[in-house]
Amino acid sequence: MHLLVCGGTGCRSAESDAIVDSLNKAIADRGLENDAKVVMTGCFGFCEKGPIVKVLPDNTFYTQVTPADAEEIVAEHIYKGRRVNRLLYINPESQEHVEDSKHMGFYRKQIRIALRNCGFIDPENIEEYIARDGYSALGKVLTEMTPEEAIQSIIKSGLRGRGGGGFPTGLKWDITRKVAAEKKYVVCNADEGDPGAFMDRSILEGDPHSVIEAMAINGYCTGASYGLVYIRAEYPLAINRLKTAIGQAREYGLLGNGILGTDFSFDIELRYGAGAFVCGEETALIHSMEGMRGEPTFKPPFPSESGYLGYPTNVNNVETYANIPVIITKGPEWFASIGTEKSKGTKVFALAGKINNVGLIEVPMGTTLREVIYEIGGGIKDGKNFKAVQTGGPSGGCLTTKHLDTPIDYDNLLAAGSMMGSGGMIVMDEDDCMVSIAKFYLEFTVEESCGKCTPCRVGNKRLHEILEKITRGEGTMKDLEKLRNLGQVIKDTALCGLGQTSPNPVLSNLDNFWDEFVEHVTEKKCRAGQCKHLLRYVIEPDACVGCTACARNCPVNAITGERKKAHEINQEICIKCGACVEKCKFNAIFVR
Amino acid sequence: MAIVKLPENKLNQLIEVCKSFNNEPGELINVLHKAQEIFGYLPAEVQEVVAKELNTSVAHVYGVVSFYSFFTMTPKGEHPISICMGTACYVRGAEKVLDEFKHHLKIQVGETTADGKFSLACLRCVGACGLAPVVMVGEKVYGRVAPDGVKAILEEYSA
Repeated sequence: MHLLVCGGTGCRSAESDAIVDSLNKAIADRGLENDAKVVMTGCFGFCEKGPIVKVLPDNTFYTQVTPADAEEIVAEHIYKGRRVNRLLYINPESQEHVEDSKHMGFYRKQIRIALRNCGFIDPENIEEYIARDGYSALGKVLTEMTPEEAIQSIIKSGLRGRGGGGFPTGLKWDITRKVAAEKKYVVCNADEGDPGAFMDRSILEGDPHSVIEAMAINGYCTGASYGLVYIRAEYPLAINRLKTAIGQAREYGLLGNGILGTDFSFDIELRYGAGAFVCGEETALIHSMEGMRGEPTFKPPFPSESGYLGYPTNVNNVETYANIPVIITKGPEWFASIGTEKSKGTKVFALAGKINNVGLIEVPMGTTLREVIYEIGGGIKDGKNFKAVQTGGPSGGCLTTKHLDTPIDYDNLLAAGSMMGSGGMIVMDEDDCMVSIAKFYLEFTVEESCGKCTPCRVGNKRLHEILEKITRGEGTMKDLEKLRNLGQVIKDTALCGLGQTSPNPVLSNLDNFWDEFVEHVTEKKCRAGQCKHLLRYVIEPDACVGCTACARNCPVNAITGERKKAHEINQEICIKCGACVEKCKFNAIFVR
Repeated sequence: MAIVKLPENKLNQLIEVCKSFNNEPGELINVLHKAQEIFGYLPAEVQEVVAKELNTSVAHVYGVVSFYSFFTMTPKGEHPISICMGTACYVRGAEKVLDEFKHHLKIQVGETTADGKFSLACLRCVGACGLAPVVMVGEKVYGRVAPDGVKAILEEYSA
């Protein structure tokens, strides 16, 4: 029997290390070392109920396990063969225990290609990767295919860049291949900076070899012998697992000189990011790898023609690479049979926010938002109403109820005013103010703008100021018009992808939540109750007994009134701190 | 800015690090990562040494240091506190948690308490969105933090 313990960052933050130790101890105590093996794997995806422990071969899925539960799992399940019911996932609809993870709503609609090994194998053991057909794609390409044939396979599969832009991957490879140069580079973009997206990290933590294998395949196809992974320094676990994996691949002759007995040589090094969102843009990323400020430059020339140190460089994102080995082994036709007409395969999404099942999911392109939110995500938290889902991070926009049945793919999301982005999907409910959300993203962009071009550096700052003004209750209808015009100008004139997409959260919210913006401006009202300046604290005279508790606790003395008589709040002085509401024992103070 | 006297042994370590990267200006970011590991932060004096060793200008080094948020020119507290401001944490109330930390520590984001014990920073997505809102103190991750739980977290480190 195998006990798989999730070793993703989320579960490790909740003591999954200690769970492994406790399980091992309980197994050793009973002398069951030959019958049961504990493996720390990558992310299972179901972060909401972590830490997860899965028992194979029977697929039992234990949720929210603590180190103290280890003893019972071993004593009952491993020793006596009885499942520990209290740790099983409970189906929220039927309230029944679900024994097998295959029957959980969260997994039923998912197809795992990029995440195929996450949560199945020990990422620190190359043999487990090899046992699941790992490196057979590299072998096939090196011994049976020419670079042109392999690239044709990728083109035929219809795979598009998973980092956000959606450029056809095979085509990019082909461009790099055709440029003649003495040296070429293969770069993996692992500078995942989108707030709320963590799929790249999960792949690197859970299945680092899939990326290494794909980079080597790319090297063979494009004629490069050097690979570089540009990874965030904030991802220590992913860095360590990647380093271990590279070391093992070298030991097994899968990296280095003369790979698998051929004359193809390829090796990989790491380069660390230092916290700059714009470095996800490929030209900025290359400058950062060269030890400079991560400022983007105008394209063309594209990195495929002139990239790292001036050499042709193929840049793809982690998730894109993770798809490559499977396309080679199972064939492009198989991959192209999944998804929609123009978006093939699957996409990994980081589902988070006001949703019941937070986690990492992978669904075929063309799955609808409704399926993702209600079937996989288990609906909105606390039974509230769905309001919006944000995709594409700071470059994307919010989709609303009217988009719930839109099949998700690159083109549909663009048409709806958002974009695929790297795959963050943040669900919002009725308590979220869309003006504040737009402001939140602008704050991010203002902070992360590299400052090189004026539209992004100055324009976004102005957008942010106008939004700030609106949330303070000082906005005018003219400001709304200004937001739209300025947003459009930034979109048209900014230098790089970050700048050109930065007004999207504002523009899409203006389109989809126009009424809410108007309400903020004309009625000075925030229906979600998020904009502090627009709230009014009012004492209900009939309920107030005049105990003076509120007046005594008001930090700015905004409350006046005689003892035993109804009190009043002076709106001019009130700073909306809410201290009075907390102190009132008679529920006489309301927020309006 | 006060002049910092760099301890000799750390200074030698830094020079060794530069050497290990062949004093290549292209390795600047890797060198700065190591330098920050050694000194805990990157004061002007460290940047001058790096510039000299890599045979580049101090302006270039400063340009890079100030560009990337991971590099800091002020020493962090003994227990650096980072509040995740990723979208998932934001919609689950991270801002209120941040306000509570500011209130208790009486410092703003980017500052260190007078006793050098705590410093406060915001970061973008730890990737533990299932535990949102998330706070990190040093390497330790606290999940599902509510504003009224902030005091208890601080007390753990106040002894």
